[in-house]
Amino acid sequence: MVAAALRTVPPPHSVPATNHASHIHIEHVSHGFESPAGEFLPVLEDVSLEIAPGEFVALLGPSGCGKSTLLRLVAGLEPATQGTITQDGTTITRPDPSRIVAFQDPTLFPWRTVWDNVALGPQAQGRLKANKASVEAALCKVGLEGFAKSYPHQLSGGMAQRAALARALVNDPKVLILDEPLGKLDSLTRLEMQSELVSLWRKNGFSVLLVTHDVEEALFLAQRVVIFSPRPAKIVGELSIERPYPRHRDDPTLTALRREVLDRLGLGKSW
Amino acid sequence: MSSSASVVKSVPAFDRSPPVESAHPPAAPAPQAAAGVHPAFSPHWQGLLATLAWVALAAVTLAWPNAPAGFEDWAYTTEFGIATAVFAAAWALLTLAASVPAAHDTFLARPVAAFRHTAPWIVATGLIFAAWEILTAKTGRLPPPFFAPPSSMIDVYVSDYARLADSTFNSVRLLLEGVAWGTFIGFSIGVAIGWSRAMNYWIHPILRFLGPLPPTALLPIAFFFFPSSHAASVFLIALATGFPVAILTWSGIASVNKAYYDVARTMGASDWFLIFRVAIPAALPQVFVGLFMGLGSSFVVLIVAEMMGVKSGLGWYLTWAQGYASYTNMYGALIVMTVIFSSLISLLFAVRDRVLVWQKGIVKW
Ligand SMILES: Nc1ncnc2c1ncn2[C@@H]1O[C@H](COP(=O)(O)OP(=O)(O)OP(=O)(O)O)[C@@H](O)[C@H]1O
Ligand SMILES: [Mg+2]
Repeated sequence: MVAAALRTVPPPHSVPATNHASHIHIEHVSHGFESPAGEFLPVLEDVSLEIAPGEFVALLGPSGCGKSTLLRLVAGLEPATQGTITQDGTTITRPDPSRIVAFQDPTLFPWRTVWDNVALGPQAQGRLKANKASVEAALCKVGLEGFAKSYPHQLSGGMAQRAALARALVNDPKVLILDEPLGKLDSLTRLEMQSELVSLWRKNGFSVLLVTHDVEEALFLAQRVVIFSPRPAKIVGELSIERPYPRHRDDPTLTALRREVLDRLGLGKSW
Repeated sequence: MSSSASVVKSVPAFDRSPPVESAHPPAAPAPQAAAGVHPAFSPHWQGLLATLAWVALAAVTLAWPNAPAGFEDWAYTTEFGIATAVFAAAWALLTLAASVPAAHDTFLARPVAAFRHTAPWIVATGLIFAAWEILTAKTGRLPPPFFAPPSSMIDVYVSDYARLADSTFNSVRLLLEGVAWGTFIGFSIGVAIGWSRAMNYWIHPILRFLGPLPPTALLPIAFFFFPSSHAASVFLIALATGFPVAILTWSGIASVNKAYYDVARTMGASDWFLIFRVAIPAALPQVFVGLFMGLGSSFVVLIVAEMMGVKSGLGWYLTWAQGYASYTNMYGALIVMTVIFSSLISLLFAVRDRVLVWQKGIVKW
């Protein structure tokens, strides 16, 4: 009896909804860019996706297909060419601190110390004075409390990514948008941070939209994995992973699902 | 046999270690092993050479009679000789102190290292002064009134102290006033055209058109239009400083990584925050480049303005001294100018080093 069901279109996942998580609804979104030559480059094609409050959704797809672009649209950094994206029923038109993005590059501000980088959100929202403790706490969560006074160029690639994660977490978001947040970590720290991410999510209850290249990571973390085609990105499949947390990496169900995911990505034969 | 060989080896190794390194001994307690074999005394040869150079300078000044000049005699020759002798003696004492090995292990390590570091320059200045004294006062190869020995500088500073101090004060005040305005306005314009499309549309072409004009070319007009020569000079100095500051601030702001704005915007940053906490800090390295350029051209404008119209200041002093053919005073004023301008540049370097500490390790200064 396999507990995980494989469905192509699952209902929004049932997670104890907190008032601290948002419902994100992506409706028929298409998007593209004007090339310098004046040609239109389609990047997203009729993408519809719903993220229930508190749900953890992972996006998988080939490089360059448009995952980061979709995240930018959800963040509100750009308007979609077509279609709408709503947060709790309200159309997203501009960025908001309730939707925090950890970008693919850490993009720490080089002129700020690690502490000041993590404090960016509270400072921008004018509530730093009351939130100094949460800055410290976020630094501890990612294990950088000893580097509060360092400048970004004094950090390793992995440490910079952890700092960027702390900078996101300190905002207490309702939706956490993560663009390969663990991509630059060494494999050990990566495993550690994955577990940390799961416990943070379970504790805080926010919704998570995670882009990753790592199939195992997606299966270990997410309740639902959405698979994209090469550019222009279309959703080609969704898998529900109904396994309880904390998960075990050698869970045979996950191993079976991994095969399935690789198949959908067109890598089934090479496995 | 083998143990004594290793001891012998470690002595020259210690002796040869450069001064800076000995100021920061390696963190490992290994040097402790060498402590037992500290040489009793490690003479600092460069310090000794420096002392000798200054002894030679004193000897030349005091023992070699001045060549007959067209007037009585160069003043203050003896005083200059005695001062250099005193300097040589003091340097000898310091050299002696820095040669005691124990000096490297205490809190004195840093000053001692710095002292040793300057020694070659002290040798050089002693020799330059000696050559200068010989070519002017002693042999007259560089004849008066166009040339003067270093000792005669003392004469200038003692006899014309009040006028020089007054000129210096006026120059510095005028310069700082102009540079402050230029920096403020240039920076504001730079931020405005870097940030706002409309500002860029209107102001950028004006800057591009008028900017390359040397501010000194506007001197006659400025003196005519402004109520006082002081106001006119402030305007021109501000113009000279402001142009490079504006251009580099603008290019700094325009080249800020767009991802920084995305990060700040997703965290709820206002436009105010994006300008003052993202754009400006990111552009500051460029702003400082503009400041260095602006300060440099402000010196030119200051001196020219003072030579042409302002009735005080070091530029005016130069013209005045030239009028009386007192070239010694001119040299005196030039030295003051050099000291002040280089101090201002050093001050700006110090400010930059403080403000841009974060750049250390990213770029090589
Ligand atoms: N600002 C832009 N202007 C023009 N084209 C863009 C822009 N941003 C992205 N693209 C194009 O859109 C496509 C998708 O880019 P995107 O960054 O979303 O890919 P991705 O799926 O995140 O890839 P990866 O997994 O490698 O990060 C690419 O072909 C890229 O060239
Ligand atoms: Mg991407």
